[in-house]
Amino acid sequence: MLWEIDVFSRTDLVDRRGNDMAARLRAFGYTEQVRVVSARSFLLEHESFNEMVVDDIARRLLADAVAEQFVAAPATSEMLLAVPNGRLTAATVVHVLPKRGVMDPVAQSAASAIADLGHAMPHVRTGHKYWISGLSAADAKQAAESLLANDAIEQVVVGPLVVDHLSSGLPSPSVLKHVELAGLDDVGLMQLSRSGQLYLQLAEMQTLQKYFAELGRAPTDIELETIAQTWSEHCSHKTLGGRVKYTGDRGTVQYESMLKETIFAATRELRRRWGDDDWCVSVFVDNAGVVKFDDEHHVCFKVETHNHPSAIEPYGGANTGLGGVIRDILGTGLGAKPICNTDVFCFAPPDHTNELPQGVLHPQLVMQGVVAGVRDYGNRMGIPTVNGAICFDERYLGNPLVFCGSVGLLPHDKAFGQPQPGDFIVAIGGRTGRDGIHGATFSSAELTSESETLSGGAVQIGNAIEEKKVQDVLLAARDRGLFTAVTDCGAGGFSSAVGEMGEQIGAEVWLEQAPLKYEGLSYTEIWISEAQERMVVSVPESNWQELEELCRSEDVEATRIGRFEPTGRLLLKFHDQVVGDLDMQFLHDGRPPVVREARYHPNGDDTLAGDPLLDPAHSLLAILGSLNVASKEWVIRQYDHEVQGGSVVKSLVGPLRDGPGDAAVVRPVLTSNRAVVIGCGINPHYGDLDTYHMAASAIDEAIRNCVAVGADPSRIALLDNFCWGDCERAETFGALVRAAQACHDLSLAFEAPFISGKDSLNNEFSYVDADGKKHTIAIPPTLLISAMGQMTDAGKAVTMDLKSSDNHLFVVGVTLDELGGSHYALVNQLSGGSVPKVEPSPASATFAAVHRAIEAGSVAACHDCSEGGLAVALAEMAFAGGLGVDCQLVDIPSGYAQLDAVTRLFSESNSRFVCEVADEQLAKFSAAVAGTAVAKMGQVTTSKRVVIRDDEKTLIDLPNDELKRAWQSPLAW
Amino acid sequence: MASPRVLLVRAPGTNCDKETAFAFQLAGATAEVVHVNRLLEQPALLDHSQILCFPGGFSFGDDIAAGRIMGNQIRLRLADTCREFKDAGKLILGICNGFQILAKTGLLDIDDDRGPMATLTWNDSGKYEARWVHLQASPQRCVFLPGVERMELPIAHAEGKFLVRDRAAFDLLAKRGQLVLRYCTAAGDSSDVPYPANPNGATSHVAGVTDTTGRVLGLMPHPERFVTAQHHPNWTTGLANNEPHGRLIFANAVQYFD
Repeated sequence: MLWEIDVFSRTDLVDRRGNDMAARLRAFGYTEQVRVVSARSFLLEHESFNEMVVDDIARRLLADAVAEQFVAAPATSEMLLAVPNGRLTAATVVHVLPKRGVMDPVAQSAASAIADLGHAMPHVRTGHKYWISGLSAADAKQAAESLLANDAIEQVVVGPLVVDHLSSGLPSPSVLKHVELAGLDDVGLMQLSRSGQLYLQLAEMQTLQKYFAELGRAPTDIELETIAQTWSEHCSHKTLGGRVKYTGDRGTVQYESMLKETIFAATRELRRRWGDDDWCVSVFVDNAGVVKFDDEHHVCFKVETHNHPSAIEPYGGANTGLGGVIRDILGTGLGAKPICNTDVFCFAPPDHTNELPQGVLHPQLVMQGVVAGVRDYGNRMGIPTVNGAICFDERYLGNPLVFCGSVGLLPHDKAFGQPQPGDFIVAIGGRTGRDGIHGATFSSAELTSESETLSGGAVQIGNAIEEKKVQDVLLAARDRGLFTAVTDCGAGGFSSAVGEMGEQIGAEVWLEQAPLKYEGLSYTEIWISEAQERMVVSVPESNWQELEELCRSEDVEATRIGRFEPTGRLLLKFHDQVVGDLDMQFLHDGRPPVVREARYHPNGDDTLAGDPLLDPAHSLLAILGSLNVASKEWVIRQYDHEVQGGSVVKSLVGPLRDGPGDAAVVRPVLTSNRAVVIGCGINPHYGDLDTYHMAASAIDEAIRNCVAVGADPSRIALLDNFCWGDCERAETFGALVRAAQACHDLSLAFEAPFISGKDSLNNEFSYVDADGKKHTIAIPPTLLISAMGQMTDAGKAVTMDLKSSDNHLFVVGVTLDELGGSHYALVNQLSGGSVPKVEPSPASATFAAVHRAIEAGSVAACHDCSEGGLAVALAEMAFAGGLGVDCQLVDIPSGYAQLDAVTRLFSESNSRFVCEVADEQLAKFSAAVAGTAVAKMGQVTTSKRVVIRDDEKTLIDLPNDELKRAWQSPLAW
Repeated sequence: MASPRVLLVRAPGTNCDKETAFAFQLAGATAEVVHVNRLLEQPALLDHSQILCFPGGFSFGDDIAAGRIMGNQIRLRLADTCREFKDAGKLILGICNGFQILAKTGLLDIDDDRGPMATLTWNDSGKYEARWVHLQASPQRCVFLPGVERMELPIAHAEGKFLVRDRAAFDLLAKRGQLVLRYCTAAGDSSDVPYPANPNGATSHVAGVTDTTGRVLGLMPHPERFVTAQHHPNWTTGLANNEPHGRLIFANAVQYFD
């Protein structure tokens, strides 16, 4: 029989989930009278269960005897409809249950915990149950479907549950299927590409047609899927790695491989230049970029995007996005230990009030879901989330961006792996289900309002504890030397993992061996499923038993699913029947090159247009209160940023721990003071004017954030993450090529190598409005630069909060007339203007000078100038430190330019810092920064006011409280 | 006596085991981390240890309720072993998720014949939060706390609100001297402690509980996250309050065996 147990809070305690959901309904326009009561609900099925057993399970396991109460009854019982404790009258009851096949970790845990109690292990499904009053039954249903559940993964049942048993999985007959390509014309090929969710381009489909025609046979379905995964934009980066004819302001350039000739080339040149002093270990080849750290360890860093899934199911998308990048770290070399995470998001403003296009979730729900998804995965994995940023722009409405990053620690002798012929192919971790079918090809397609229904299967929920278990055994197995290579199962599932590992050898795969979550998967589904929390290792036969025992001892499944065979072929078998047989070389090198045109038209006019709406003081308050600049404390406090015990500089600094730190400092080895420093740079507003300078500025920002806390500027590694629109448009792609050129130029100039990167293209959302007109929203060109610096002695780190009155305040670096794309322009609704640029040579000198000053111990506080310029930097330093400033801007270095007061306050020129220096450190500081553009601006005061003067005139005189309130209030949820 | 041996038990999802072991080592103990499966197979592993520690994390993902599944495992399968361990004059420490586990094992003496008198439940804020808090100790007979009056430590939890069944239960626990750690304000006020000084809405601001012998301690804050000066969020002010507060708890545990 099917039993249901509803667990809800004790009568005299607050029903927080119910109240939160009611508040959400009200916030989205439902009546103020709406009330919601909630319960956690468990469905249990086992033929031996009776009332006594179910009552025992509820009492000893599911309900907290002090804080909660429960009702247990057969699932169809009327008892289960009554509002708990009679908290409401006349309510509609709504069940929210995960859809069939969606990951339900609590159900898995509950089933084995029930067995722990001595009962039989039942089938379990969990859900939430709500009683809604104040709305008609129809409105309650609609409200539940749009706001309490997500249709991509959950189903809503209004009224009594009429199920009497649980089932999972739909059987599908596994009959060998061929797909006929012969005779299809171009239209037919493209139709097949779309209907089969292959998302291959015409030239690629034609190549396949020809290839199989020469073989004299039709491909099987699994062969087509394998090729589509391997050739997908997501897995092969064919656009950025492909041929490009680029026409820009320096004429026309022909690239054979755009990335190789720009970003990779810069790193290669730096490594050549450094010779024996090269500190890169492994770049652009492994799952993460690896650089040297100390005498025993390297560090590696990777940032991934998970945009498309997060648009459809924010919680699951972000959750599995972080889970995926952590597996990248686990799959680097012979397995690195994750030591900290980063996350950067781009959303439409959460106060969006216009009508939403069909298929778009409200940005506030997206943001809450994404933050919760990252929180629940990172915290459970026990990896501190130490750095991040959030950008807001209307154009992220249909395509929010979710960047998840992870840093790993890797012993020197575990930096490289290589599978050997004869090794078993072993899958470790979670079971395979229908989750995430077509994730790789889906993420390479444009989102439409139908994506939700078409690709619901591509969305998954993670199970962080499964991944933590995998990490625990994987690192133990690594240290015992039990495997020769490892990689993660990410996009494309086994198909990509085995295909990549066996590329140089060949592999035979026994698909029926893969452990399944439920019966009935076809061989193709097993092969391409993107079920989470799986790793693949290559294990010599002599080590297999030890590996299996190690895994079993920690309740982790390890299964041999094949063997690397020196055949050069990928042979796929299902119960001894050959279902696929592909030449590895064709699979990896057979894709026809993508040839693209790219064009860039310089934005001619760089004068700032319009009249400012606000005076300097109100501009400062408006910038501090703008979403991009405003405090992200609501997000940061939900992340564990201190687990693993290596935290040195946290995200929020100052006596009240509420000032915006520039970069994180983390000691990954508890017995050592050597630290990694993590910072980032992103500014899509500059890209609207010029993507070259956007990229240059992001690089400068990422580096200066690290330098501001004490990182050595000669040891900073960079990552690029390009998120762009449809690059089949020459202009869109041209903007990207231009940004890549900047990455090349600046990487060389700063001697900061790029070590890894990732791109996500086609971030466009198209929909048809009420009048039948088609619209497309493309995201602004967005480049995230992540930086990983190093410090020899974490004890020399500095933070941005002012430390002591009477200390001196200096600006280091040159301020120019660069208000284009600035936050001053944003809050005053000005357009155009000169975008901030980077002058590499003085910038390098500034970074070196500030680093010398910090190393000398002469800097009490240091903050970089970014959004909002000097004015915002000074205000943040003041309210973070609880002290005042009195500064004079008339003499700040400005090259030969004559700047007006507003420009000196708010220009966002790059490569600038504000330093606080104590009287007794003046000589040391001056010596350290000698030869760079530096000027004293004023003093730290006890007044708790920010006073900024321009000669005789007082431009700003505001109390810290007011500034801090402006900064904290927008996102104080 | 030679340095005491600490056995730290990890489960799937435990994630503070390494730094907690490190904190014990700094204090002079010998620390070993074992998977709970090993302990369930071989309870005798405890024979060689003087201190049993349940470190923080998310054992079994906090699924159902934080600490519930592992707490049940200990209560159902290791109850006798743990009671013998305790009766032998040895020490048990549970930090954060370890406290949530301890609260469900019966080892903290917070149960009576009607069932649990107290529990740890969802924060009033309804979400996970990480922040530093001030604590006031009334050590009474708790062997982990001699010399501790005030501490500043970080918390990082979602289900850390200490909640009692009723007034009588609270009075009994208080009378027995079990409520040894409470949140207080930066100024040291432990009677009026508004959010976020009391970060979760705990009854009477209780942050840590000892058993009736004083040899078992469970606390929500993380002492292992303040064992070097640079752990403190304000160490860069140069005022870094010298002795890292978390160290004393581990030192007391080790010195207990001197």
